[in-house]
Amino acid sequence: MYPKIQHDIDQPILDVKHLSVKINDHLVLEDVSFHLHIGERVALLGPNGAGKSTLFKVISGLLPPVSGEVNVYGSTSSRHICIAYIPQRTQVDWHFPVSVFDVVMMGRTAKMKPLVPPGKHHQNIVWHALETVEMQDLAGRQISQLSGGQQQRMFIARALAQEAELMLMDEPLAGLDDPAQEELLLLMEKLEQEKVTIMTATHDLDQAAQHFNRILLLNRRMISFGSSKHVLTAENLKVAYGGRLRMIEQGESIMALDNSCCEGGEE
Amino acid sequence: MIESIVTWFVQPMSYGFMQRGLVASILVGIVCAVIGAFIVLRGMAFFGDALSHTILPGVAVGYLVSGNARGSLFWWALGTAIISALSIGAISKKTHLREDTSIGIVFAGMFALGIALISTVRSYAVDLSHFLFGDVLGVSSQDLITILIFGAVVLIAIWLFYRQLIVISFDPLLATTLRLPTKLLNNLLLVLIAITVAVSLQIVGVALMVAMLVTPAATAYLMTDRLPRMMLLASIVAVISSVVGLYISFYLSISSGAAVVLTCTVFFVIVWTIQNLKKKTKTDKTELSV
Repeated sequence: MYPKIQHDIDQPILDVKHLSVKINDHLVLEDVSFHLHIGERVALLGPNGAGKSTLFKVISGLLPPVSGEVNVYGSTSSRHICIAYIPQRTQVDWHFPVSVFDVVMMGRTAKMKPLVPPGKHHQNIVWHALETVEMQDLAGRQISQLSGGQQQRMFIARALAQEAELMLMDEPLAGLDDPAQEELLLLMEKLEQEKVTIMTATHDLDQAAQHFNRILLLNRRMISFGSSKHVLTAENLKVAYGGRLRMIEQGESIMALDNSCCEGGEE
Repeated sequence: MIESIVTWFVQPMSYGFMQRGLVASILVGIVCAVIGAFIVLRGMAFFGDALSHTILPGVAVGYLVSGNARGSLFWWALGTAIISALSIGAISKKTHLREDTSIGIVFAGMFALGIALISTVRSYAVDLSHFLFGDVLGVSSQDLITILIFGAVVLIAIWLFYRQLIVISFDPLLATTLRLPTKLLNNLLLVLIAITVAVSLQIVGVALMVAMLVTPAATAYLMTDRLPRMMLLASIVAVISSVVGLYISFYLSISSGAAVVLTCTVFFVIVWTIQNLKKKTKTDKTELSV
């Protein structure tokens, strides 16, 4: 019933070639090309409306491109089940009557046989995922009783249960307090051991520079992709953010304040 | 004394039409309550209400074709409900119109068609009130079998696709990235609601249908935060309401559909009030402790 796609492991985990996307006749992404290495963490930076969410949706196969292609291990991404899209927290109905365990188990849906209740094998995978994000003791909670950081970690556990190799996180740090942000960033680093490749949309240049291997700067087109030193130059940032950016240089680091920034305002 | 209480309970059930009516409304109540959980969680109350009204042209054609032969009406209702449900789904998918708009269009169009058809045959003794408010006490053994079979179809389908239906309801994006057949599953849910509506037609009628789809499930949703328990509690509320409603209807000569729905509503109000009182005492306590 479900497609089983052979992974060609000589090919990059994600290979985006000349990707262009239109939404309602507007060109939202134009000629974007890049590829990722297995196990790396990439920060996706750009102002609101830069096409960050759109890029994620195209990669995970939710939106078709108008031209170009997105390949995962050498074949079209929209057929793979190893990509997890972790939604913005505002897009979830938190009062839905399910527990944390139920939500993480949802990640197994494609691999479970219908009718048969989830057996030991699936349950073990779910418990292991919960252990990785340190939430075993919250397994029985209804999801509205979680803090913002816990909600985000639950979705990472669900992606682990899905056995996702590529996780696309849409602004996971937005609206979290500092300790919760720190915890989440540490968790992302920990996932490197599980060979999980992560792309995270964020607004925070400083965090992007500190906690991610590479940075992709996007505003409709790909402006720059590489190490933070290479990407976060005043010139690149001006191209990406235009007049909307106020930059404050503090010694080595640059603070960028996106004037239009507000929670979940993309698209 | 005890004897008279027993008689009070037993006496209505000495009539065959009461027995059949009771069994039918219990069955319909359970089916509505279970699928109602999805309707409440996905915010599809308007869809359910509209869908029950779109049956009218089907029923009208049924009357025109076969006169008052009741048996065939179910099939006309079922066909019309399925076509309407899938058209609503298709219109909101294929255009940028919001779903409630396409529901409105199909709902009003079909209802108007039904009224137009009925108005052409004024001479027929078409009893619209059965259609609008249901006719529990007119349930035949044949009707009962139809309700049993199609009710079972709905429940079994939900049981078979339980996990998939939850995923498409809670997180459609996850369903897509897991490459589940989301279109098919969404249409399945629409068809199941259509079958439920057709099955319930004779019991509650068009006008009160939405209450059976929504009120027991909503009452249960106030009491629990787990889906299986919500379905179970909703079914219990629906069953009790059916029994209580039918007795009230028998002894007070109230329209039976209305009596069942009113009992459901009373249930909801009671649970809601208790919840509010609980919340209030909780906040009072925290205020005190501060």
